[in-house]
Amino acid sequence: MSIAEPVASIERAPPSKEKPGPLEYLRRWPLQAIVGATLIFLYAPLITLMAFSFNTSRRNIVWEGFTFDWYGRAMSDDSLVQAFINSLTIALICTVVSVVLGAMSAVLLWRFRFPGKTALEGSLALPIVVPEICMGVAMLVFFARIFPWPAGMPWPLNLGAITIAHISFSFPFVTTVVRARLASFNRELEEAAKDLGADEWRTFWDVLVPHMTPGLVSGALLAFTLSLDDFVITFFTAGPDTITFPVKVYSMLRFSVTPEVNAASTILIVVTILFTAIGLQLQSQSEKQKPNP
Amino acid sequence: MEQSWRQAKAVFASMGVPPVFWLVFFFLVPLAVVWAYSFGTNAGPTTIDLTGTFANYSRSLQPLYFQIFIKSAIVAGITTLLCLIVGFPVALAIAFAGPKTKTWLLLLIMLPFWTNLLIRTYALIAVLREQGYVNFTVEWFWNNASGLMTAVGLQPLGDFHPMTLLYNNAAVVIGLVYVHLPFMVLPLYSALDRMDRSLMEASLDLGAGHLRTIWSVVVPLAAPGIASGVLITFIPALGAYLTPDLLGGTDSQMIANVIERQFKRANDWPFGAALSFLLMYLTFIAIAIQAVVQRRGEKVGAA
Repeated sequence: MSIAEPVASIERAPPSKEKPGPLEYLRRWPLQAIVGATLIFLYAPLITLMAFSFNTSRRNIVWEGFTFDWYGRAMSDDSLVQAFINSLTIALICTVVSVVLGAMSAVLLWRFRFPGKTALEGSLALPIVVPEICMGVAMLVFFARIFPWPAGMPWPLNLGAITIAHISFSFPFVTTVVRARLASFNRELEEAAKDLGADEWRTFWDVLVPHMTPGLVSGALLAFTLSLDDFVITFFTAGPDTITFPVKVYSMLRFSVTPEVNAASTILIVVTILFTAIGLQLQSQSEKQKPNP
Repeated sequence: MEQSWRQAKAVFASMGVPPVFWLVFFFLVPLAVVWAYSFGTNAGPTTIDLTGTFANYSRSLQPLYFQIFIKSAIVAGITTLLCLIVGFPVALAIAFAGPKTKTWLLLLIMLPFWTNLLIRTYALIAVLREQGYVNFTVEWFWNNASGLMTAVGLQPLGDFHPMTLLYNNAAVVIGLVYVHLPFMVLPLYSALDRMDRSLMEASLDLGAGHLRTIWSVVVPLAAPGIASGVLITFIPALGAYLTPDLLGGTDSQMIANVIERQFKRANDWPFGAALSFLLMYLTFIAIAIQAVVQRRGEKVGAA
């Protein structure tokens, strides 16, 4: 006679409606109140901002009626549209370059032993921890004195200085994310591919890159958001003709709070949420496709 | 096992050169130039002599600027404390929620984090200004209370004067908490989520109340998470530029605002460079303290 696994019978009792279990903190009212208040604190300002972009009143205070006028006005403001396009262009270039540089440095640190590795790891952590303002002034000084970006370049090229600054603070984040992903890679797979005759290049693309993909996607998402979000560092590298959306909104705010700003902000919020949702979707797909042992 | 770089020099070089070049040329060189400038003196409107002087640093320690450093640290400290007080119960509730609720709550906490910082600050201005919703709500209660008092035959409360919620130090703290709360909640959540729950159950079974269990079981176990949450909130709050600039009054400047002024309006780059390096050293000190706390916490956890 065996003692038939008694553990299995001690199933956790289904949570009763009346009394929360000892550790079900979310079902206790003080915590519910705190969580609720926090969410209101986080969302009420943003929701009001978005709601009032549809308000007919210019004064932004009382609700008078529904309109799309402010969106029309925001779209016909050439400098605002240009700033918006600039921001998206910079974010896209920054994402591509950051993912490439981040992936390379992650593979380098993961695969090799070499003198100066600790120094490299430390320097890669620097852009993540250095205060934004310090990095902003460093970029200002660099592009003013050491490496002046040629003035009067045609459109996407005139954004070079801002884009370079954005890549500098984004790609170490990608490195961190991709390196964490590589930690779960089984090095024997790489050796197997080489034993079966694949060269370095082939092994890299067919074995290592597919494994890195979820890391690359979340790194790309991070780089895109960081670039689109940045105000301080851009503020120090932007010239009069190279204005990004946050810098433009900042100068509009200095004058007055108008519903156009609300409309433009709403568009940016929606764009960010859209990209994030797509990114998260891609990420969960690539994780499903490649179940990792 | 990691490979020695000598075994595949071509791969090593092709993987290593682009990122290392970028990091050195577009990050370390700019920082090094600022560092060199911090030992320089203004020789003309656009020329700086690298004289190796410490004058910029000694000027930073004058009471006027030293006070701003102290004040920034205090503001960042209060922000971190408030984030911890609000964030801990939120993280606790999320960590112990059902799997579906947990995903949604985490998403809700992270969503504002993906929204532009400037837009969030602007949204806060619209809510807090004198003709904003906080004042409207208070006014509504005030008028109703006033009406009620007249109805029961008391003196009415008098006219409502909107509260000044913006352009002062309190507004800066509110703004910083608003912006940095997700930074605190996420590391706290991941620490609480990994915790061994049977220890809490044991504590509750042995008769300790919930508050006592949280204080003497959960907090010590989650100490590394609390330490990293504190650091990840304190560092950006210390160097905040936008929030004090937009929400603060004339007396709520923080270090970042002073640095910005040296590089733009005041055009005193060497002094600005010295201030930014002092801010950077403060950041590194905070990181070092956190590393020590973390190591001690791990030792206690292992014992």
